[in-house]
Amino acid sequence: MRPPRPLRRPPLADTAAVSHGHGTGTGLSDNKLLMWVFLGSECLLFGGLISTYLIYRSRFGDGPAPGDIFDIPFTSVSSFVLLMSSLTMVLALSALQRGDIRNNRIWLLTTALLGSLFIGGQVYEFTTFVREGLGYSTSPFSSAFFTLTGFHGVHVSLGILMLMSLLISSLRGTLTTERSETVEIVGLYWHFVDVVWIFIFTVIYLVPSPTS
Amino acid sequence: MSTATESPVESHEAAHEEGHDHPSDRRYIQVAVILAIVTALEVGTYFVHMPGEVLIPMLMAMMIYKFFYVAAWFMHLRFDSPLFTKFFVSGLVLATIVYGITLTVFEFWHKG
Amino acid sequence: MSDVTELETPGGSIGVYTRPKANTGWRDWITTVDHKKIGILYGATAMFFFAIGGLEALLIRLQLATPDGTVLGADTYNRVFTMHGVTMVFLVIMPLAAAFANYLLPLQIGARDVAFPRMNALSFWIFLAGGLFLNMAWIVGDAPDGGWFAYAPNTGMIFSPGKGMDYYAIGLQITGIASLISAMNLIVTVLNMRAPGMTLFKMPVFTWMILVVQFLLLFAVPVITVALFLLLFDRNFGANFFNPEMGADPLLWQHLFWIFGHPEVYILILPSFGIISEVIPTFSRKPLFGYPFMVFSGIAIGFMGWGVWAHHMFVSGIGPISVAAFSVSTMFIAVPTGVKILNWLATMWGGRIRFNTPMLFASGVVSMFTIGGLSGVTHSLAPADTQQTDTYYIVAHFHYVIFGGALLGIFAGFYFWWPKVFGHLLDEKWGKWNFWLMIVGFNMTFGPMHILGLQGMSRRIDSYSPGFGFEFWNMFASIGAFIIAVGVVVFMVNVVISARRARTAPPVGLDPWDARSPEWFSPNPTPAHNFDEDIQINSLDEFWHRKYGEDEDGRVVRVATAEEVCQDGSATDTHLPSPSYWPVVLAAGLPFVGFGLMYTLWFCVPGGALVLMAIYGWIFEPVDDPDGPHGHGGHGDEPTEDPPSEERADDASAETTEEAPVG
Repeated sequence: MRPPRPLRRPPLADTAAVSHGHGTGTGLSDNKLLMWVFLGSECLLFGGLISTYLIYRSRFGDGPAPGDIFDIPFTSVSSFVLLMSSLTMVLALSALQRGDIRNNRIWLLTTALLGSLFIGGQVYEFTTFVREGLGYSTSPFSSAFFTLTGFHGVHVSLGILMLMSLLISSLRGTLTTERSETVEIVGLYWHFVDVVWIFIFTVIYLVPSPTS
Repeated sequence: MSTATESPVESHEAAHEEGHDHPSDRRYIQVAVILAIVTALEVGTYFVHMPGEVLIPMLMAMMIYKFFYVAAWFMHLRFDSPLFTKFFVSGLVLATIVYGITLTVFEFWHKG
Repeated sequence: MSDVTELETPGGSIGVYTRPKANTGWRDWITTVDHKKIGILYGATAMFFFAIGGLEALLIRLQLATPDGTVLGADTYNRVFTMHGVTMVFLVIMPLAAAFANYLLPLQIGARDVAFPRMNALSFWIFLAGGLFLNMAWIVGDAPDGGWFAYAPNTGMIFSPGKGMDYYAIGLQITGIASLISAMNLIVTVLNMRAPGMTLFKMPVFTWMILVVQFLLLFAVPVITVALFLLLFDRNFGANFFNPEMGADPLLWQHLFWIFGHPEVYILILPSFGIISEVIPTFSRKPLFGYPFMVFSGIAIGFMGWGVWAHHMFVSGIGPISVAAFSVSTMFIAVPTGVKILNWLATMWGGRIRFNTPMLFASGVVSMFTIGGLSGVTHSLAPADTQQTDTYYIVAHFHYVIFGGALLGIFAGFYFWWPKVFGHLLDEKWGKWNFWLMIVGFNMTFGPMHILGLQGMSRRIDSYSPGFGFEFWNMFASIGAFIIAVGVVVFMVNVVISARRARTAPPVGLDPWDARSPEWFSPNPTPAHNFDEDIQINSLDEFWHRKYGEDEDGRVVRVATAEEVCQDGSATDTHLPSPSYWPVVLAAGLPFVGFGLMYTLWFCVPGGALVLMAIYGWIFEPVDDPDGPHGHGGHGDEPTEDPPSEERADDASAETTEEAPVG
């Protein structure tokens, strides 16, 4: 938890060296540091939701049990989609860093589309579950399941919004190589959401769940 | 206000100073292929019957591998400042400990 | 960030995306991004809520002064004690600590502002929105009644059918967002913006303690966020997280709440520890004894605070192994706290102590917190705790810690840093009355509660019958409560009188206390730009070391006056971040979203629209007002040497698109 000591920059804005923000105390960009600090905090948020689910996964009462209702092949496909969106995200960043605006736009759009595909899959999954009798109020298991995956879905959706904002920004000509850090930071968020899903996919879906 | 935003030149220099360049697209695709293969293996376990004592550690190992592989390459933790890793890992470790204890108190591991 | 807007608006700013210009009047306070003004806003708002919470406390004591009290009905009583607790914890102590952190932390590390000034304003306005939202429950006549820790399923729809607990859940959710944003902001500030030469182990202890608190907030807030969401979904959308009929486990709430709740008590107390670690050395004229131990014990408290939460749940049926484990960890956490107390005493030992008001309050903290800490250790013994749980003994304990520890420390800070903030001292005579009334009233109120608790008087009961031996001490405690109230009124009077006197009196001077830490390098009151130039930090207590040296016999002698050491605040070429409308707009949207969740989702539409508008306004607003004072914005016609358009380091308002929606 203790950050390193180096202190290369004077913190006041008086001198040219300072005003840039390079040579911040840690030598790191404030924005990126902020995002990482935030992601550290998010670990506790998802940890809480995942633990809640794990505590409740066998408490399905008379409703459908997780082991009966999960459609592993379907979820595998949508997990794969989300995983690949991380690749396209990183390609978007790499294109922008090279100054390749065209490819940057293409990959940003692809990432947003893959994210939307994932969300679409989740909507489909939810409606199927509801049709099969697993409503939000059916059991502690169902509430915990929908809340956990719903929170993740909201995070993905916010990520899509950010990607679309970046894309609009790019189309207006303002997303240039100099601003690649913005893309990188959105990317960090996006990959984090992906990493959370890697966890959820294994622990919630693939590890055998209780059946009724 | 950030390094990269304000002064791209310097930030690139900084990157070089640290002796790291961002990996090439080729490398990213290789990473993705590996991730895809591990995912395929994970999903494969669903179609093969295995006792829980074998299956769950296998799944966990693959999950942790994927987790940190994405963090290392796509989130650039391999090349970036160790401070970022520290923040992320401290969040992860704290979450694991605290919620691990909670699950223990709920006797989660006994039922599993 | 800058680039966004520059590129968006090549010819300067457009339409609504101009930045506010007012430097005076109420508009300035609404749009300010100056960490000092935000600190004052935090302080003033918290004192307003302190008055509300205090009135609630007096109502409680009126009700309990005599057996079979009839001042409040049972139902109202529940609401009053719940709101008293929630207000004092979330709307008084936390924001008062935030007030000190905002004002002093950048000064103590020699920075001109925090890393993200607009986010700083945002956290204040969100906190205010949350606080008002919570107290709105009184206006609609349906205040929360489930206690500050709101145990589910007692707080579920079945047992708390009104809207009260929704106000609780959403209100705390909103203030939680504020804490989280401010935590992230201050962490980045401390890591990235320290003065040249200031390594982490040359930071003042106050800054250190605030840093630890921000980490606690960073990791604890998301946990209560989860808990509050689950409660909210249970109550409003028919989820089954806490419904035992459907097989849910009520202990889940208790765990989630206390995983947050125990770090929370350190969030409350550590800022006060930081404050008195600045006050005691100054007034003992000695360096802080064992600075590294102070820092490490603070970190240790922060860290161990995560491993003791279940000691709040010894009687909840968590099983003997858990009880034993958490008993032990609770005993351990007394060690770093004891280290701190010993170090304060050792700092005072042999010092030439001046008992000015700040020092009185600081010694009040050391003594009262020790009592509270010791009664806390008695809870770690599970068998004893079983007797004490839910009695007035617990009430006595946590008031000794939170009032005697946190609040008295904050008052020490008021008296100590008042000249720094307002340029004049608070009156000593009134200050001493303030202290003695508060400390006597405090001990009269909460001391007897130990006895009442051990006699078996339950907490949270709205009345008691005569004949149990509760009458005398209850009356005694109620009288004490009113003496505290008089003490607080004396403080308010002191504020007014001192301000009025300051108009005619000579200015306070640069160094009224012969202080030690770097915030005193700038004149009093602090000028808008904080520092004229960088301070080179060579040692801990840099300010003191520049004033004193050693003669050939090794005796400490004064080598420089404060006038020689301090900056005069005359710099005019500094560039400060421009104010912004958007933080307040964004914050204003959140209560509407909250009402939407509770009443009809339609309210979410204007709320969401405000939030979205604010986020996009935030992103696209010009980084600087080109016409503003000292504006550069690429005009290139500035005669000064500081390069135009490069001054944005501190306009770190530089939000990234992505933080705003999620953070």
